[in-house]
Amino acid sequence: MSTAGPTDSVASAPLAGGGETLPTAAPAAHAMTAAEAAGYGVPVSFSRGQPVLHVDQAGYEAVIARLRDDGFNGVVDLTAVDYLAHPGRELPDGVRGERFELVVNLVSYVRRQRVRVRVQLPEHDAVLPSLFYVYPGTEAMEREAYDMMGIVFTGHPDLSRILMPEDWEGHPLRKDYAVGRVPVQFKQSPGTR
Amino acid sequence: MSEDPPHNTWTPVHTAETDAETLVAETSEGTQELQPRTLTESAELLRERGAVLRLPDGGVLDSADIDVEITDDETMIINMGPQHPSTHGVLRIMMELDGETVLRSKPIIGYLHTGMEKTGEELTYVQGGTNVTRMDYLAPLFNELVFALATEALLELEVPERATWIRMLLTELNRVSSHLLWMATNGMDLGAVSMMIYGFREREMVLDFFEKTTGLRMNHNFIRPGGVAADLPDGWQEDVNEILHVIPGRLAEYDDLLTGQPIFRERTQGVGVLTAEEAVALGATGPILRSTGVAWDLRRDMPYMFYDQLEFDVVVGSYGDAFDRYAIRLNEIRESLRIITQIVERMPEGDYRIQDKKVTPPPRRRIDESMEALIHHFKIFTEGFKVPEGEVYVGVETPRGEIGCYLVSDGSPKPYRLHIRDASFVNLQSLPIMMRGGLVADAVAVISSVDPVMGGVDR
Amino acid sequence: MGFEDLNHNFITAPLEELVKWSRKNSVWPATFGLACCAIEMMATGAAHFDISRFGMEVFRASPRQADLMVVAGRVSQKMAPVLRQVYDQMMEPKWVISMGVCASSGGMFNNYAIVQGVDQVVPVDVYAPGCPPGPETLLHAILTLHSKISTGEMHSRRLDSGGGARLMLPHPGGAGYEDVHVEMRTPH
Repeated sequence: MSTAGPTDSVASAPLAGGGETLPTAAPAAHAMTAAEAAGYGVPVSFSRGQPVLHVDQAGYEAVIARLRDDGFNGVVDLTAVDYLAHPGRELPDGVRGERFELVVNLVSYVRRQRVRVRVQLPEHDAVLPSLFYVYPGTEAMEREAYDMMGIVFTGHPDLSRILMPEDWEGHPLRKDYAVGRVPVQFKQSPGTR
Repeated sequence: MSEDPPHNTWTPVHTAETDAETLVAETSEGTQELQPRTLTESAELLRERGAVLRLPDGGVLDSADIDVEITDDETMIINMGPQHPSTHGVLRIMMELDGETVLRSKPIIGYLHTGMEKTGEELTYVQGGTNVTRMDYLAPLFNELVFALATEALLELEVPERATWIRMLLTELNRVSSHLLWMATNGMDLGAVSMMIYGFREREMVLDFFEKTTGLRMNHNFIRPGGVAADLPDGWQEDVNEILHVIPGRLAEYDDLLTGQPIFRERTQGVGVLTAEEAVALGATGPILRSTGVAWDLRRDMPYMFYDQLEFDVVVGSYGDAFDRYAIRLNEIRESLRIITQIVERMPEGDYRIQDKKVTPPPRRRIDESMEALIHHFKIFTEGFKVPEGEVYVGVETPRGEIGCYLVSDGSPKPYRLHIRDASFVNLQSLPIMMRGGLVADAVAVISSVDPVMGGVDR
Repeated sequence: MGFEDLNHNFITAPLEELVKWSRKNSVWPATFGLACCAIEMMATGAAHFDISRFGMEVFRASPRQADLMVVAGRVSQKMAPVLRQVYDQMMEPKWVISMGVCASSGGMFNNYAIVQGVDQVVPVDVYAPGCPPGPETLLHAILTLHSKISTGEMHSRRLDSGGGARLMLPHPGGAGYEDVHVEMRTPH
C-alpha cells in the first residue's frame, strides 16, 4: 500500500455468467442448478428459486462438510424456526416435518452462489453437532439459536445465553412463549396464533 | 504485537522429493513433518491463537468458575462497559490482560435486546417496516429495504422501475450518512474530537434531504413492500446536487486532517489486524472483509435492484488493519457519491409503488370517491395483506456488511418467522481475534474500526 | 449545597438564586446513549443544534462527575440493573431526562425484553416524546428542565415526597426478585 493517500480501489470486475438485469424480486439468480443440488443425495426443493437441501439430523454434519469442500466457504446465517403453530407446511417427499427446524444459509465466495440447508428437529431431541469447527463464524449464531429456541449444539465451546440475561428461564422465540405484553388502556392485545 | 510463544522449533527443510519447502519439527519422538501453514484449517488457527475467552458473564465472578490455566505471570481479567466512553453503544467486553497486552477477550451483548423478531411476528407486513428499521439504526433504510425485498420475493411481485431507483438513491445516501457518522465517532474515539463536529456537519445535509423526502431524520419507514411510501419531492435534484457538490470538498479536508496525520496513522496502522482466511471463516462481511483483501461486495457480486447497470468500484484493502477500514469507508463515501450521480441522471418517470390494490393502499383522495378504494384501505391497514406460504432469504450490502432477511410465511398477513441476519452481530466475533496481542489502549480503536451498531447486534 | 432548609433572609435568598442559576447553566450530562435516540443526542451535541450554548457539551464518561442522565433509547431487562447502578453513582443534585418513547413508556416495544418506561427504575424529571425525538425536542426538554431547576421546584418536590423510586431488582444470585426501596439522601 502506498504511504500517501488511501488504499487503491479495485476496478469492478465483469459479472460472472450473464448480465441480465435482475428484477427487484428475484434472489434466485445466484443459485445452483437442480442437477448440482441433487448431487448431495438429499431431498431438494426450490423456494422462490432458491435451492434448499433438506437434510436429516443424522446426515447434517456430513452434508455441511461436503458443501464446505465444494466451495461454500462462507456461513451467512444459522437460525431456527418453531413450527408449532404451522405444522402443515409444504415439504418435499421423504421429509417429515418436526417442531423445530434449523436453517443454515451458506455462500460460496468463489462461485457466487447461495444454498440453504434445513434440518427437521423433533421437540424431544433438538440436538445437533456444532458447526464451530467447520465455520467458526457460527459461534454467536448457535448461541442465539440456543438462547431463543432452545436448540442444543454439542461440541460448542461455550453454549450459554447471549441475548437474554444468564439466569433467564424459557426460550423467548418459541411459539408457546408469550410476547410478554403489558396491558395498555384502549388497545386490545392481539390474539395468539 | 506479541508473538505466540514458540513451543516447537520449526526448521524449513528442502526435501529431495519435492521442490517445496517442508516444515519439520523436532519433538521428543523424533522429527515430525508439518503441513504448510497455509493449509491449516481456520478453526484450528483460531484455537491455536486462543483468542476467545470462555467465561460466564454473570454479575459475580467466582475464581473457581474460571477454567483457564493460570500461568506464572498472573493475568488480570477486567470488564469494560456496558457503559463506557466509546460511543459505540452498550457493548460489554471482558478482557484478560497480561500487563497492558490483551490476551483473550469476550464481547458480551444483549444489553439492547428488544425482542424485535418476536414483535415482528405480531405486526403485519405493512407495519413490519417500523419494527425492522430500528435494528441497525444508523442505516435504517437498508433494514427496510431488505424486509421489503424479502416480502416482495414471497409475493413474487415486481416493483416499478422508478421505485427501485428511488430505493437505490435513498440507500446510497444512507450509506454516505452512516459512513460520515462512523468517521465522526471514530475520530472521537481516537481523540480527534473535531472530527466529531465535522462529521455531523455533512450528515445534517443528508438528513435534511431525508426529512424533506421521507418526513423523518431517522427510522423512516419509507421503503415498504410494493415500492416506497411517497414520491420524491419537487426540486429533489437540486438538493441532491447540492450534496454532491459540497461533500467531496469536505472529504478532501478530512483526508488532509486524518489520512496523512502521523498520530492517526500510528494509532490505526497495524492495529486490529485480521487475515483474509480468518475473516471468511468468521463470517465477517463488509469493510472488515474487504480490508483483508477479499473483494466481495454484494452490489457487484450478487447484484440486486439495478446495481449491475451502474459503474462503481469496490474498495479493497491489503493489510486488514484499522487504517485500511478507515480508508475503505472514506472511499466508499466517494463511490456512493459516484453512484448517486448516475442515479440522478438515470431516474425514470413512473410509479413510485406498485399499483396492485391488494398490496398498496390507494391514494387518499380516491377514498372519498370509490367504495372499493375505501375497502382496500381498510383491509390493508387493519388486517394487512396476505402473503403466500413459503420462505426466502434476501441479503443486501449495507455500510456494515451483509444484512439479510429470512422470512417464513404461513399464508397469513403477519410473518410467521422474521429473522434478520445482522452484519454487526457476526462481525463482532472477529473482535477477540483482532484485539489479541494488542494493547488495552488500542481496544477502543479496534472496536471503533469494527463499527458495531448494537441495535442490530441485539435486535 | 442547598439553602432550602434555611430561613430566607435578605442575604441568603439572592445567594440561593445564584446557586440555582449556576446549576442550571452548567448541567453536565452523563453518556447514557443506548439506541437510536443516542444518535439524535449526539446530533444535538454537534454543531448544527449545539447544546454547548447551554453549557452542556461536556458529556462526562464518569457518572460521578455528571448531573444529568439522559436515558436515550430502549432499556432492556439486562440493562436495567446497570442503569440503576449508574444512576446511584451520580451525586446529588441529579436529574433524569427520559428521551424518546421507549425510555418513557416502552414505546412500540411492548414485550418481554423491554422495561416499560425507565421510570420503573429511576425517577424521571422530564419526558421527551418522539421516535426518535428530533434535536429540537430534546432541546425543549432540556430547557424545560432548566426552568424547573431555576424555580427550585425540583428540590422541593423531592424533599416532600422523601423517597426515591420504588424498584424491583433481580437478586444478583438469580434467586428471584427482591423488593428494594431506595432512600433518597437529603442534600447537605
